[in-house]
Amino acid sequence: MDLQNAWSVASKDFEIFKRRKGVLYATIAFPLGIALGFPGVLVAIESVAGPGTISASVAPFLNAFSFWYVIGAASLPTGIASYSIVGEKVQKSLEPLLATPMTDSEILLGKSIASFVPPIAAIWASSVVFMVLMDLITHAGLGYLYYPNWSFGVILLVLAPLASILSIELTVILSARANDVRSVQQFTGVMFFPFLIIYVMTEIGVIQLTTINLLIMSGIFLVIDLLLFYLSTKTFKREEILTRWK
Amino acid sequence: MIDAENLTRKFGDLTAVDNLTLHVNEGEIFGFLGPNGAGKTTTVRMLACLISKTSGTAKIGDYEIGNRADQQKIRRIIGLVPDNVGLYEELTAYKNLDFYGRYYKVDEAKRRERIEYFLKLLGLWEKRDLAAGTFSKGMKQKLAIARALIHDPQLLFMDEPTANLDPEASKTVRDFILDLKKEKKTIFLNTHNLDEAQRICDRIAILNTKLMALGTPAELERSISGRKTVVQLESVNDAIVSAARRVGMGNVEAVEGNKLMIGVDNPEKDNPDILNAIFAAGGRIQFVTEASSTLEDVYLKLVRSQ
Repeated sequence: MDLQNAWSVASKDFEIFKRRKGVLYATIAFPLGIALGFPGVLVAIESVAGPGTISASVAPFLNAFSFWYVIGAASLPTGIASYSIVGEKVQKSLEPLLATPMTDSEILLGKSIASFVPPIAAIWASSVVFMVLMDLITHAGLGYLYYPNWSFGVILLVLAPLASILSIELTVILSARANDVRSVQQFTGVMFFPFLIIYVMTEIGVIQLTTINLLIMSGIFLVIDLLLFYLSTKTFKREEILTRWK
Repeated sequence: MIDAENLTRKFGDLTAVDNLTLHVNEGEIFGFLGPNGAGKTTTVRMLACLISKTSGTAKIGDYEIGNRADQQKIRRIIGLVPDNVGLYEELTAYKNLDFYGRYYKVDEAKRRERIEYFLKLLGLWEKRDLAAGTFSKGMKQKLAIARALIHDPQLLFMDEPTANLDPEASKTVRDFILDLKKEKKTIFLNTHNLDEAQRICDRIAILNTKLMALGTPAELERSISGRKTVVQLESVNDAIVSAARRVGMGNVEAVEGNKLMIGVDNPEKDNPDILNAIFAAGGRIQFVTEASSTLEDVYLKLVRSQ
């Protein structure tokens, strides 16, 4: 596999992504909303109830709230990936691309990189803002810096990328059966719910987001990713795209 | 440049291309005609290594389609202009070509040079920084042709390159195709436009799942009804018709008013004798012309005969 070819495909998709303002803003807005939203709510409450009233007891919720970054990582790439694959299918630009000397794997990797990098970059960037703000707010009440910690490290560096890859591979598979970008996004939107259920279970204490539990969850995601990777490479083949894709 | 032998593609029970055998010479413009669903696009896709063949063999240059090791090499020496231009509408004309140059690993300096060359040649240089989505159909078609040529391919597959274009844009594209021939490029032209095929193609194949006919436009026109000499006389009588028949080389096929329609195998050799015989029988000749079937007649007859 020639990584330069994959990068050329990704570069083109980045270029288009920059011009699709709706997708661009959505990719930035969601992580930024998480980074500013929760700290903002805490500040608002403490401004009424008095400084330090909530921040001292907020630690368990903070851990569960971190899971929103996994939800973001799973949902944000679908916007880019669906445009990148179904969008090209609708624009009829896949055939000339497939006529180039690049292999199916290089094209698929390029499109995956293009769908993976912007959301993960946005999530990582916003997580820095989130950590700094939460530490500023909670340090006085907790007496120590809550962030960074191992659990959040696993969420950001392992679980979020694996969730992102999962959603990209699912989009590739669904793209073979979809005729427009919106229908793919609606299908992949369903993916949001299992993650939301996990989040609710963490908030009500059914699942503890300990480092060990997060690593187990990562292992499960990895297995699903490998399975979906196999299916997506079977789906993303020239012959399949030109003769069987709708 | 292309050698296909018994090339066949089936989709389940449906045979899209059936035992196609053809040879396309280097540097020629080869027209590929056929009705919708005749297998033209499937043929191009097989030859461009986009889909596999069911059976048969085909070579592009020295490389064999279906051979895994040769596929990338074939794609390097061919260019494809699909029926839907498939440009990146959000990107500028320049970027569209630049990315394709990168896909084919054309180095940056060469890429810049070729992009400028094609955009200037096709009258798009001033619009290089505009999004392709803002272009007219003709401009998009030109840009798609430039994209297919960015890596300097030896063989260019074009699928309906002038469909939906206005007459002026069609002429620009046709002239450009003829310019490519001067550069010794081989052009494989899928088209429904018989007039266009007749005007610019060196040879034409008519496909309707199977190969129905193959030859130069003139050969195809003659293939259906042979060559005919039309002699217009001041008046026609039985003696003149008999005289024309007696010559033996010609076959008087029809008498329409004062016109004799005479089928001849070799008009250059036979016409003087036929005309002498008519003259000797008292015929006063006004005009002598050659009549043959049009490519449209040939096409319709072949396609309807199946």
